[in-house]
Amino acid sequence: MSQDLLLKVELRSDPSMLCVVRGAMERLTETFGFSPADCRSVTRAVDEAITNIMRHSYQGQIDRPIELRCRRVPKRSGKASGDGFEVLLSDRGPAVDPKKLRGRRLDEIKPGGLGLHFIRQSMDVVEFTRGRGANQLRLVKYLHPEQQD
Amino acid sequence: MQISARRIDTTTIFDVIGDIDLANSPEIRKALLKEIKETKTPRVVMNLAKVRYIDSSGVASLVEGLKASRDAGTRFVLFGLSPAAREVLQLSRLLKIFEVHDTEEQALG
Repeated sequence: MSQDLLLKVELRSDPSMLCVVRGAMERLTETFGFSPADCRSVTRAVDEAITNIMRHSYQGQIDRPIELRCRRVPKRSGKASGDGFEVLLSDRGPAVDPKKLRGRRLDEIKPGGLGLHFIRQSMDVVEFTRGRGANQLRLVKYLHPEQQD
Repeated sequence: MQISARRIDTTTIFDVIGDIDLANSPEIRKALLKEIKETKTPRVVMNLAKVRYIDSSGVASLVEGLKASRDAGTRFVLFGLSPAAREVLQLSRLLKIFEVHDTEEQALG
C-alpha cells in the first residue's frame, strides 16, 4: 500500500451513503490539518461530486460502484503551500464530456446547477479524465503553509 | 432527516432536523410545494435551526419553494441558519434572495 494513501472506499451509488462519506471526510480533513472552514469546504466538494455521479453518471441507479481514494500529495512547486489533500473519485458511468461541465451563472435564481460551482469554489484543482472505462475526477486542496506540520 | 409541520394561525412551520442532501431533499421539496401550491398557506416558515448540513440539492428545494411562493403570493421565510447552511446560501448568492431571520419569533413577527 502506498504510504501516501489515506483512505480508500468503495461505495454503492445510494444517496443514503452520502452522510457516511461526509462523516469520514470531516474527520480525515481535520486530521490532515485543515482549518474548520477548509474541512467544511472539502467535505462539501466531495459530497457534491459524489452526488453528481449518483444523479448524472448513474441516473439515479443505487447499485452502481463509486470509488473514493484520498492521498497526501506533495506541495506545489514554486508556490507557497503545504502538502495537498487529493481526492480521486471514479465511476463506471457513460463518458463525461468535460466541456459540458460548467456550473450555471449565479445571477440566475433557479434550482440546480450549483454542485459544480461549490466544487470549484472549494478546491484548488478540479480535473476530469476518463480511462479504462471509468470517469475519474481529481480534486486537490492544499494546506496553507502555516498549517503544515 | 426528519421533517414535521405545525400550524399557528395562517402560518405553517416546517421543523427540519438533520442533514439535507440528495437522500432526502426530494421530501423537503414535496412538502414545501404541497403546502404552497395545494394547501395555499399564506405563510410558510422553515425552521432550519437543527439542520447541520445542506447541499446543493437542498438549496434547490428551497429555491423551488421560493419560486412557488412568489407565484402563489405566499410568504416564504427561513430561520435558524447554521453557519454551514448560511455559508452555502452565501456561496450560491442566494442569502439575500430569501427572507431570513435568526429566531422563530422574528420569523413570525
